[in-house]
Amino acid sequence: MSLVEQFPIVFQSLNIGFLQTVKLFLVTLMGALPLGLIISFGSMSKFKPIKSIIKVLVWIVRGSPLMIQMLIIYYFPGLVFHNPIWGGGEDGRFWAAAVSFIINYACYFSEIYRGGIEGVPIGQQEAGYVLGMTKSEIFFKVTLLQMVKRIIPPMSNEIITLVKDTSLARIIALQEIIWAGQAFLKGSQGIAGQIWPLFFTGVYYLVFCGVLTILFGKLEKKLSYFKV
Amino acid sequence: MAILEVKDITKSFGKAKILKGISFSLEEGNVLSIIGSSGSGKTTLLRCINGLDTATTGKITVNGQTVFDSDITDKNQLKELNKNKQNIGLVFQQFNLFPQYTTLENVTLAMKLQAKRRDDYKKKRKEILDEIDKTAKYFLDKVGLSDKLDLYPCQLSGGQQQRVSIARALALRPKILFFDEPTSALDPELTGEILKTIRQLAEDNMTMVIVTHEMNFAKDVSDQIIFMDNGIICGRGTPDEFFNSDNERIRQFLQSYQK
Ligand SMILES: Nc1ncnc2c1ncn2[C@@H]1O[C@H](COP(=O)(O)OP(=O)(O)O)[C@@H](O)[C@H]1O
Ligand SMILES: [Mg+2]
Repeated sequence: MSLVEQFPIVFQSLNIGFLQTVKLFLVTLMGALPLGLIISFGSMSKFKPIKSIIKVLVWIVRGSPLMIQMLIIYYFPGLVFHNPIWGGGEDGRFWAAAVSFIINYACYFSEIYRGGIEGVPIGQQEAGYVLGMTKSEIFFKVTLLQMVKRIIPPMSNEIITLVKDTSLARIIALQEIIWAGQAFLKGSQGIAGQIWPLFFTGVYYLVFCGVLTILFGKLEKKLSYFKV
Repeated sequence: MAILEVKDITKSFGKAKILKGISFSLEEGNVLSIIGSSGSGKTTLLRCINGLDTATTGKITVNGQTVFDSDITDKNQLKELNKNKQNIGLVFQQFNLFPQYTTLENVTLAMKLQAKRRDDYKKKRKEILDEIDKTAKYFLDKVGLSDKLDLYPCQLSGGQQQRVSIARALALRPKILFFDEPTSALDPELTGEILKTIRQLAEDNMTMVIVTHEMNFAKDVSDQIIFMDNGIICGRGTPDEFFNSDNERIRQFLQSYQK
């Protein structure tokens, strides 16, 4: 088969894989963005036991490879408890990967949130207080936007890293775009021994990250009218 | 009757006793300056009066209403006391303007939030907001910033920022306005405009309590001066009495300013 003949077949296959990549990306964000906020509140809690548990969790998650975390979450229940909760199908692999990513990224996000929250000078709250504002008015009208502005640059970094990290789900055979590209190495749909599809997946990542970079740049520009 | 009465205020942080029994009173329309070396507890005193810190013991009344009483622990009563705090305002050393709002918005924000709690807000929304805008512009004009309404704090000089923060405090029409070293964060050439603004307020008979290191200013503008040292008031009187005091500690302190 010539390259021109291979291309439509590969393209369609990679698109299907890319959909799974995007799905993992979006589900991770939907879970990790709010969970990260909860974890960040925990890490700032005045109640010591909660604070300690959160600190240990964040240390473990940030201190070990996401790939290993995913392997443990996927295989551990089956191997140790003889209870493979995820099942063997693509759906099971997806949710095992999603749960691993959500926990992992929530921990990273929580640290960014914490920096954003603690970075707003205490004088802002105090000014609100002496002007007679309530606590929630101070949070929503004074500190929130300053926090958002502070966290956008580190969050955009982290989110762009997430795009590329989704490829780690290949390790539990999730059928994302790397898996789809690799299939043509071993042989699939009459194409075998071809490595170019795997290389070509890079284009998808580049475009995806490029779009995100532009979006985050716009957001940053939108909040550039004030300095914090 | 005095508009401000501070009685036996003490404040400890852990084991450290920072305020060791502060009492004074102030008549309506008068200006009180608080002077004292760094670390003597001036900021802590202002924070306790304004509720940013809670005094350990003592009692504070403003305009005859109690704003703090260490004997009161009942939650509902404490809420009442909090309401009475609306009668006082505080200007910070670091301005603490809200960076995401324009000059005008910085001044109107608190007023707008208060207005939303009014029962007739929905019915008279437009009139109320117009009134708030007018009030804010009136006070911004007073501090000479009518032409900066739409600028953000980062576009203003330090002196201008501090004047916005003064207008922001004034717009809530406090009975007493407190200043904590309002010029200390400014370059020397910018302190003049703030001192001028405060002098004008004094001419309008605004009741003020000013923590300052500007001795000449304090001499001119004050009706009363308090000298704090190590958590106690160790001298008080008119500017004349203060600057001619024979108290050893005060003389030492004043000498350090003559270099
Ligand atoms: N939150 C706090 N915790 C512990 N010590 C404090 C705190 N705030 C102020 N202090 C101490 O109280 C003393 C008086 O501080 P402050 O009121 O700021 O003095 P001044 O304004 O006269 O310079 C200082 O020794 C300071 O370290
Ligand atoms: Mg101070």
